[in-house]
Amino acid sequence: MKYIDEFQDPELARRLLDDIHAMATRPWALMEVCGGQTHTIIRHGIDQLLPEKVELIHGPGCPVCVTPLEVIDKALEIAARPDVIFCSFGDMLRVPGTDRDLFRVRSEGGDVRVVYSPLDALKTAQQNPDREVVFFGIGFETTAPPNAMTVYQARKLGIRNFSLLVSHVRVPPAIEAIMTSPSCRVQAFLAAGHVCSVMGTAEYPALAERFQVPIVVTGFEPLDILEGIRRTVGQLERGEHTVDNAYPRAVRAEGNPAAQAMLADVFEVTDRSWRGIGTIPASGWRLSERYREYDAEHRFSVENITTREPAACRSGEVLQGLLKPHECEAFGTTCTPRTPLGATMVSSEGACAAYYLYRRLGTTPTPQEASPVA
Amino acid sequence: MPTVDISGWTCPTPLRDQPRVVMGHGGGGALSAELVQQIFVPAFGGEVLAQLGDSAAVSLGGARLAFSTDSFVVRPLFFPGGSIGDLAVNGTVNDLAMSGARAAYLSCGFILEEGVEMPVVAGVADAMGAAARTAGVEVATGDTKVVEAGHGDGVYINTAGIGLIPPGVDLRPQRVVPGDVVIISGDIGVHGVAIMSVREGLEFGVEIESDCAALGGLVETMLAVTPDLHVLRDPTRGGLAAALCEIATASCTGVVIQERAIPVPPAVANACAILGLDPMYVANEGKLVAFVPREHADAVLAAMRSHPLGAGAAVIGEAVETHPGMVVARTPLGGTRVVDLPLGEQLPRIC
Repeated sequence: MKYIDEFQDPELARRLLDDIHAMATRPWALMEVCGGQTHTIIRHGIDQLLPEKVELIHGPGCPVCVTPLEVIDKALEIAARPDVIFCSFGDMLRVPGTDRDLFRVRSEGGDVRVVYSPLDALKTAQQNPDREVVFFGIGFETTAPPNAMTVYQARKLGIRNFSLLVSHVRVPPAIEAIMTSPSCRVQAFLAAGHVCSVMGTAEYPALAERFQVPIVVTGFEPLDILEGIRRTVGQLERGEHTVDNAYPRAVRAEGNPAAQAMLADVFEVTDRSWRGIGTIPASGWRLSERYREYDAEHRFSVENITTREPAACRSGEVLQGLLKPHECEAFGTTCTPRTPLGATMVSSEGACAAYYLYRRLGTTPTPQEASPVA
Repeated sequence: MPTVDISGWTCPTPLRDQPRVVMGHGGGGALSAELVQQIFVPAFGGEVLAQLGDSAAVSLGGARLAFSTDSFVVRPLFFPGGSIGDLAVNGTVNDLAMSGARAAYLSCGFILEEGVEMPVVAGVADAMGAAARTAGVEVATGDTKVVEAGHGDGVYINTAGIGLIPPGVDLRPQRVVPGDVVIISGDIGVHGVAIMSVREGLEFGVEIESDCAALGGLVETMLAVTPDLHVLRDPTRGGLAAALCEIATASCTGVVIQERAIPVPPAVANACAILGLDPMYVANEGKLVAFVPREHADAVLAAMRSHPLGAGAAVIGEAVETHPGMVVARTPLGGTRVVDLPLGEQLPRIC
């Protein structure tokens, strides 16, 4: 199949793997930043096929996993209001807040809808002028431009009953935070190709130079991942630390200037809290002053909701590559997708969920996970 | 830039129980199983129900009957390749077929919403009649109720059916043994993607038609080769993955699937790639998965391929002694992954 099969070809994969095996002479620890890449790696068993010397550390690049609990709680508060239609991408409905999730809000009468595009939410606002429509705008540089475009369109069309609950985050400050952590073991990064398709690669050379790490822009199909790993290992073995684009079919150095202009108009950079990492300066976006009237936090007066997260799981360590999911004592026993102790087990892109779904051969499913159904 | 402090960071307590019904309870996954096992089975009791098959095999007056019921709440009522009427007939006919029975009689219970247009009801009824004639089954009894406007989705249908199980046929997961060959009757994920494309207004470049079909004839063709098939399942809600997981669990055998052998049509693969879904979890309405003794596998496969509804049949794996109760897929690259029972409904991924 055009554009999918070509990038999953087992023969080409074998050649890339042979190259990587031949190259690696020392142990190396690479972090793939993006949850989509983690998903591909585990789903295709790529980590099992690499030389033992090459370790993949799963980074904090799942937008669901890093959305702070207090933002989820704000979403639940807004979604439960009778005058609100709350629109979200599907993944977020299952993420537990302090005492419920969006599915539960829906079962209690809240009007919560899964959409595939923020523009669908805007259309819903046009179709329901007597209701407030809120879109849950989370994610990285990849999902931020369409969300910005939606707010831009709302203002242009004079649609007043639409607002955005924003929790957008940026990758480069997270890389900086990880690299400045005393416990950091990461020696190279596979940068998220879709993020770079928007933002380009201009932010990365300074990071590569400062921390002396190779940064290879990588795609999402199995061959993309293997090519990214091959180039990264090659740089490590040669003692280089440059920014390399292994995803040229989607990424240009300048990125997408139109999307960047939209981001600059609608959003402004702000400090953001990341679940598992803490607050990282200048690591996120919020609506700029010109668009503040479309900020759902402001409109529904939920700015002051703060949540202390009860101690339950070690996904902070997982998100920073200090712990493999299956090394956690709760993994596959008290912590499963059915009973997640943390967001990394909730999202299909979360490292723990990916391990649970695809790498659980060493554990036994609990009866409730493996029961037949009529 | 402050240093990262992980010691102060924690995660939320999980939602272990849902105090109300959520959509996932109808998704054919783990939540559905919990609902059935924690509420319905204890309330109803009964040895037959405890088998939890797609249909119940019961003895009555010396005859072995398959007995099954299913409800249909699909939106939209009409979709490419079929309608709720086709599903209402074929769904129950297929549940009976998975016991080896040829459906003989169906009941039909309509729950209509006040205000639904009469031509819509007539269209659904006509579709049911045509599907019943195609499947060779008679709709013998029925009931109609009307609910107030706003309390239904136009048309809901429940059908129940009975059929005779032929002598010598004993299809249940407990009969699966290591060495059994796993066969799928054709392309997977077609119905689910067809429904998604119209329900969500998604354009996938080509129109995908539901594979909705009655499988009684295909099953008869297979049983004509040997009555000694071990188990059949129609992988509807939860898709192929859920069907395999249920069989692995109930039979206490492991299942190994070769991912490359699973027939996934390009349109389904593309749609799933766009939405971040796994075709193995997408619903089918005209497919079956069979566990066949190894010595009969080639002949059964050939017979399936000779039937229009099995033309795309393929061997996709086998039952194994290792990892009992677990389904493992071998990936095209040579790695392995666990195929798990879905929790509820698959959710499109954010990015």
